[in-house]
Amino acid sequence: MFIDFFYILKKRKVPVSVTEWMTLMEALARGYITTLDEFYFLARAILVKSEAYFDHYDVAFQEYFKGIETPAEITEKILDWLRDPLNRIALTDEERALFDSMDFDELISELEKRLKEQTEQHDGGDYWIGRGGTSPFGYSGSHPGGIRIGGTGGGGHAAQIAQDRRFRNYRHDLTLDIRQIEVALKGLRQLSRLGPEDELDLDETIESAAKNYGEIELIWRRSRKNAAKVLLLMDVGGSMEPYALLCSQLFSASHRSKHFKEFRYYYFHNCVYDKLYEDMTRREATSTDHLLRTLDSNFKVLLVGDATMASSELTERHGAINYYDLNETPGIIWLKRISDHFRHCVWLNVESPRYWNHMTVKMIGRIFPMYPLTIDGLGQAMKKLLVKN
Amino acid sequence: MIVEGFDQFRGTSDYVTSHPLRNAVNASIALGRPLLIRGEPGTGKTKLAHSIARDLEKKLIVWNIKSTTKAQEGLYVYDTVQRLNDSRFGDRDISDIKQYIKLGKLGQAFASTEQIVLLIDEVDKADIEFPNDLLNELDEMSFHIPETNDTVTAIHRPITVITSNAEKELPDAFLRRCIFHYIEFPDAELMEEIVRVHFPDIKGALLSEALKAFYSLRRIDDFRKKPSTSELIDWIQALIAGGVPYESVSSEFPFLGALLKKETDYDYFVNKRMARMGDSSTRRW
Repeated sequence: MFIDFFYILKKRKVPVSVTEWMTLMEALARGYITTLDEFYFLARAILVKSEAYFDHYDVAFQEYFKGIETPAEITEKILDWLRDPLNRIALTDEERALFDSMDFDELISELEKRLKEQTEQHDGGDYWIGRGGTSPFGYSGSHPGGIRIGGTGGGGHAAQIAQDRRFRNYRHDLTLDIRQIEVALKGLRQLSRLGPEDELDLDETIESAAKNYGEIELIWRRSRKNAAKVLLLMDVGGSMEPYALLCSQLFSASHRSKHFKEFRYYYFHNCVYDKLYEDMTRREATSTDHLLRTLDSNFKVLLVGDATMASSELTERHGAINYYDLNETPGIIWLKRISDHFRHCVWLNVESPRYWNHMTVKMIGRIFPMYPLTIDGLGQAMKKLLVKN
Repeated sequence: MIVEGFDQFRGTSDYVTSHPLRNAVNASIALGRPLLIRGEPGTGKTKLAHSIARDLEKKLIVWNIKSTTKAQEGLYVYDTVQRLNDSRFGDRDISDIKQYIKLGKLGQAFASTEQIVLLIDEVDKADIEFPNDLLNELDEMSFHIPETNDTVTAIHRPITVITSNAEKELPDAFLRRCIFHYIEFPDAELMEEIVRVHFPDIKGALLSEALKAFYSLRRIDDFRKKPSTSELIDWIQALIAGGVPYESVSSEFPFLGALLKKETDYDYFVNKRMARMGDSSTRRW
């Protein structure tokens, strides 16, 4: 029964196993499920073990139980557009300010409302969704914060539970909040016995008692603590501006992860040169040389940035974007020095891998293993940092 | 029509549940599988087990998991140090090992003569391997004590509720054996019910204004920590105690500190509101 549903779930990358499927069959056979609603919830409770997959499940559910149409692609495209900070770069500062002044939800709900009201194609004007004009929605419009929508989707009905896809935001490939980053960072641990001797070593105690003819002597040992030391280097300013929130989330997560033995952070602009900055405004500086000399090579280094710059900034003397920096050593040499000194380094790229064709991204990618700043990417990066080599 | 005996858990007067949650609880009882509960902080994961115990009139055993908890401790502890100590003074007959075996929470749940509700709270706090170490015991509902050559077998399969905050990934083999439910953040309708449980006498106008204000805050994605149910309850308590007229609740946000507990969130919100008020006259669609 429903065996195709099982394979659709598999196809949609929901990790379901035969054990779970048999449990569902058991529930069906015992008559615990009588309506489609109950099937939806109970099958989800039995088959899906993480809210990250609820959205995949919803999509598979729609596919199998036809008559529920696929969600209007149009809304999805807009959401994607708005969520992708890249698109904001295309705006001028002025436009961006206006864009930010608008409430995201208002924008979306307004759009949905108008989609419902509107029944025909519309060009020009400043209210309807269409081409040209100053409405915030449409095609080649001139409203700042306006959204380019490719083609119109027929907003189907059948407002079923699965169709709402309320769990879209829990997908691992989409969101990244502080807590999730913290969870990912927790993977970075290196347990060793540190601190005061506050743990009873039972085996040793028994051993020594036996040797002393039963006279008990309590033997204590140090408890296991995380010995991982972390150095975080973040690109700020310029093209990184749209990612400021993302970076600050990463930063606060690492900062809150008190379980690191040592946590140091510095900022740079586009590329690391002879100085690293202690604050985001890049006023207080520390010499990179000094850090390389004083920090031991066990530090796990996370560099965060888009790795995108003019190639001269990377390869040339006096190439730094800040004219007055007058770096004597090209940036790429500095990066190489970092990767030579520290045994474990990764570069977390804020941009998605499909934009990694840029020349400087490729060059930096040859020096540091590069991962996208998503939950999956972060997880892989943590694994890389733990590997001994 | 649901099969007789399936619909056991119906929720209690002090704990408001949704239909899917009740279904998941009942399926877990009927199928004899542990129920794994996840959800945002403050959505009542732990309270669920208490509510099940009360509703079904069963005893509740709570096993709070800490970062140092070992699976073995849940089964039994063999107090070797006590035995060693006794051997020096000859107080007790040390050849009787049974008196040094102390059953853990899981052991107590198995040994109980009546069916009980077992809550394993915050399972993800322990070591990553912890859930795997319990797999066999939860499957077979029995374990062996080599020291006394006894086997403890569950007389009645306990109703097991496991909560997790997703701090660590749980192992797949463990997940396969569970029924999973994610407690979503309550929508306005359900929240109204929840608030009424806490404040039965609250005025309708105040409640609806407070909820409106609360959900408008929840919609802001940039907060470090979004206000949750417990913060809302505190806030409403403050509103009632302070005698705030309902008209000013959603416009002035009195006692905002009860909702936004982080300074950055507080500042962010205040600034954003100021900016909004400034340009509201010039905005148009």
